[in-house]
Amino acid sequence: MARPVQYNITDKPLEKPYSIVQGPEGYMGEGFFASKLSDVVGLARKNSIWPLPFATSCCGIEFMALMASHYDLARFGSERVSFTPRQCDLLMVIGTIAKKMAPVVKQVYLQMAEPRWVLAMGACASSGGIFDTYSVLQGIDQVIPVDVYVPGCPPRPEAVIDGFLRVQELVGSENLRRRNSPRYKELMETYGIQ
Amino acid sequence: MALTNEIIRSRLMEKFGEELTGWEEPYGMLTFTSDKNLNLKVLQFLFDDPELGFQFMTDLTAVHYPNQEGKELAVVYHLHNLKENVRIRYKIFTNIQKPDVYTASALFSAANWMERETFDFFGVNFVGHPNLKRILNVEEMEYFPLRKEYPLEDQKRTDKDDEMFGRD
Repeated sequence: MARPVQYNITDKPLEKPYSIVQGPEGYMGEGFFASKLSDVVGLARKNSIWPLPFATSCCGIEFMALMASHYDLARFGSERVSFTPRQCDLLMVIGTIAKKMAPVVKQVYLQMAEPRWVLAMGACASSGGIFDTYSVLQGIDQVIPVDVYVPGCPPRPEAVIDGFLRVQELVGSENLRRRNSPRYKELMETYGIQ
Repeated sequence: MALTNEIIRSRLMEKFGEELTGWEEPYGMLTFTSDKNLNLKVLQFLFDDPELGFQFMTDLTAVHYPNQEGKELAVVYHLHNLKENVRIRYKIFTNIQKPDVYTASALFSAANWMERETFDFFGVNFVGHPNLKRILNVEEMEYFPLRKEYPLEDQKRTDKDDEMFGRD
């Protein structure tokens, strides 16, 4: 006899009929609301991160699952995957980067407008992974600064979502003056970026 | 009459005599060796001779034998006679200190990129090649990666940053 199919019959009601982002802390009165500009900007930025996928290999397949309906990164405000660096906020480097590809990654990073963030997805992008060899870049942080590393070979979509939420945390809490600070400039200098 | 290994061998022996050595037939594929300075003459003869007609170069590569003193690098030519569907293999050996070999790129256009690849990975210097520079690896590379000179994992490598990954 065939195994009986079991459907999910327990009805789970929605917690809320709609979902909305929590507003920043502030002082509210009749007809006005006062808050910090950085909080508002951070809130806007972190909920509309446009990712630029730089997919070179098998992690790219996992990234497709991440963007598709089941895992659906669009829930986090990243509906629009852009393929031009000029419009993007987050560079997602997905997969093995050969040494010959390194200048291309760097150029894509340079073409992005500030503020920009970088997520390295998978073991290869983070550290070269299993490709401990003459032709593979041993981690993209040799050419560009990385904000979040997602380990795994390849990482599951849940892991990438976790990494993405960490990027959101960074974006939401970033000081508006950070990119003008001497420390940031120093970091860029180490990568030869003006 | 089909072109057999015996015919090819006798035809080559007629022309070059004892210059050609190391005759072998692994898996039925005729293989022989000569002095490295003779390579163009042999290839030209194999190309031009109406009976032989090896006019298609299928592969050109090198092998590193670190233990063969003075003959560390072998350059291997694979040739194909398309009419008779016969393949042969021709090897020359060179030392690794001055690995100069005459280029076959004037005879076979296919040799152009394959010689560049062989230079890229083994450092064989093809004398007379029109554009001998790296083809697959980054141009800044200072070594020839497929030479058997490197430990599988070199702990002194500077391009591997192990700070965060628990190895030292």
